[in-house]
Amino acid sequence: MHRINLIKILTLLLLTVTISVNAQNDASKEAHGDSSHKEKDIKTEIKEYIAHHLLDSYDFTLFSYTTDAGEHKYFGAPLPVIIYDGGLKVFSSSKFHHGETLAEVDGNYYKLYHNKIYKTDAEGTINYNEAHHPTNEKPLDFSITKNVVFILFVAILMFFMFTRMAKSYKGNLMPKGMGRLLEPVVLYIRDDIAIPNIGKKHYRKYMSYLLTVFFFVWIINLLGLTPLGVNVTNNIAVTFALALITYLLTTFTGNKNYWKHIFWMPGVPWPMKIILAPIELLGTFIKPFSLMIRLYANITAGHIVLMSIIGLMFIFKSWIGSPLSFGLAFVLALLELLVATLQAYIFTMLSALYFGMAVEEHDDH
Amino acid sequence: MEIPEIVGAGLIVIGAGVGIGRIGGSAMDAIARQPEASGKIQTAMLIAAALIEGIGFAALFAA
Repeated sequence: MHRINLIKILTLLLLTVTISVNAQNDASKEAHGDSSHKEKDIKTEIKEYIAHHLLDSYDFTLFSYTTDAGEHKYFGAPLPVIIYDGGLKVFSSSKFHHGETLAEVDGNYYKLYHNKIYKTDAEGTINYNEAHHPTNEKPLDFSITKNVVFILFVAILMFFMFTRMAKSYKGNLMPKGMGRLLEPVVLYIRDDIAIPNIGKKHYRKYMSYLLTVFFFVWIINLLGLTPLGVNVTNNIAVTFALALITYLLTTFTGNKNYWKHIFWMPGVPWPMKIILAPIELLGTFIKPFSLMIRLYANITAGHIVLMSIIGLMFIFKSWIGSPLSFGLAFVLALLELLVATLQAYIFTMLSALYFGMAVEEHDDH
Repeated sequence: MEIPEIVGAGLIVIGAGVGIGRIGGSAMDAIARQPEASGKIQTAMLIAAALIEGIGFAALFAA
């Protein structure tokens, strides 16, 4: 149980740091020029809504609407912004007013542009280069954004879930409360994912990480389908952190046989060994990289398609088109449920496979 | 969204579709031969399908 806590804390630290890497989400192509017009065409508005929904945000808005006077009203709470710009500055993101004003802190001005904080001057000028990307300075960003809040929430939720499960056993083998709910899942992970891939000798070392990652990815994927607007696995930095932990675990617990298989594969003639070594080394990086891409792409693509079809309802505005789109969206949402569970399972299973390769004993070829 | 991007995306989807279709077909043949092994075959089929979809999505994002 201490292992689960330690690994959760480690995950949280890595996630908070990598979110500051600010990976650009290039799947959401935003409409650049149209946001200055007052009268917005519904298609650009839908595009902007989807783009806003997919990105991380510095405040916690549950929903927002535009009053008849044209001003935006938001229902939610602002979150603290923590940046490091020659000194640690902490301020509330309500100073940004959802990107409409500049924040002035200690004489420096910061502007929120496309969900990134840039240092600017009093007028809020953003200098663009040829590729239409801003070239202002960016301070180091450690803010508590919406993603971080939800990761912390899921971590605390999982902590309480598992401590209750552990207590529900109370010295006898038949659990009473939470244990009854979770026991089949945990046993499934142990018997069908961990033991066949890692082997009976070493599977206990990795069980805590496999359980953590399975439940974390599953709960986060399911939460992303609710109207709360949570999209943690949509952020490539989050999946990068998870894949990084898998990579670190396989690298640091690989035994001599594992490294031998990479650099000097036994059983093949020696010219092949020299050719295979760089390919195998690249393979160790590509396998966790594919874990990251797979989870990110599946969840993001599902969300984009779902939201586009819901937006289709607003474009049609007819008696026959909108209910059909609604039906399609409903079916797709069910498919997303399956994809959420499946992706958690695949991530866990492939991690177990890589751990199994790391601790494989030598058998005669 | 220029023409080469669209053509590339179409080819990726064809590749992923053909791959998963073949796996599904072999899985169904195998289940028809041995209905009692259908649990394991289903698991293996889902794993292979997820791997192929992983490549498909990665290439789709690059295009």
